[in-house]
Amino acid sequence: MEQAFFFYFAFVIAATSVLVVALRNPIYSTLALLVMFFHVAGLYVTLHAEFLAAVQIIVYAGAILVLYLFVVMLLNLKQDVRYHRQWPMAAAVGATLVIEAIILTAMKGSTTPAAATDTETAIGGAGNTEAIGDVLYTTYLFPFEVASLILLVAMIGAIVLAKKDIGEREA
Amino acid sequence: MVPLSAYVAVSAVLFIIGLLGVLIRRNFIIVLMSVEIMLNAANINLVAFSYYLESMAGQLVALFIIAIAAGEAAIGLAIIIVVFRGKISTNVDEMNLLKW
Repeated sequence: MEQAFFFYFAFVIAATSVLVVALRNPIYSTLALLVMFFHVAGLYVTLHAEFLAAVQIIVYAGAILVLYLFVVMLLNLKQDVRYHRQWPMAAAVGATLVIEAIILTAMKGSTTPAAATDTETAIGGAGNTEAIGDVLYTTYLFPFEVASLILLVAMIGAIVLAKKDIGEREA
Repeated sequence: MVPLSAYVAVSAVLFIIGLLGVLIRRNFIIVLMSVEIMLNAANINLVAFSYYLESMAGQLVALFIIAIAAGEAAIGLAIIIVVFRGKISTNVDEMNLLKW
């Protein structure tokens, strides 16, 4: 049952990401990306990361994707007629990476991962959200503050970039 | 029980598709979407290792990656709007504003 869910999610993720890259109409690409985000959230649920699955749907599918869709429709983009000139180089890079991935995943290394030795590993009987909150506000408090600063900078930067002429109205 | 290597394989496939998207597409918005695909590939990897190593750290880093991705999308789309307002094509191979 678990394997069936995994293969369903994996197959749909791979297929829709190919569609995102291959479709010529940007709106269809965006909608394929939406389906991909939902199935990545499903993959998180199979890994017992329920909080991250919820965040994936809320932030990616809810916020980021709506932003993309908004810009695609605002700019009224035309269909792409051809690929970039450098596609032979891209094909070479892609083929190299595919071969490398096949070799790496086919290798039978020591498949037993080392047991967790961190003191912060607290996946106990508590829920996933509680465990994440516990670690986030103690061990990862400083990165959390830095992330909030980055979001603030991104917000101000986006406003400054997209505003028409700053200072014109004061004159 | 799904092995860890299966999740890593999905992540690798997703990353390669995203990289190819960045390299072969000309539309700037599709290029940004391919970057999002690559970030998702990294996230799948982190969450899978977090589950199999029974450590919370992977999920926390994935959470930070999602926050960074939101900022990256906002800035990238603002740049697209600025470029488009200057009557310049949004195709990456015709954008040579900074070239001299």
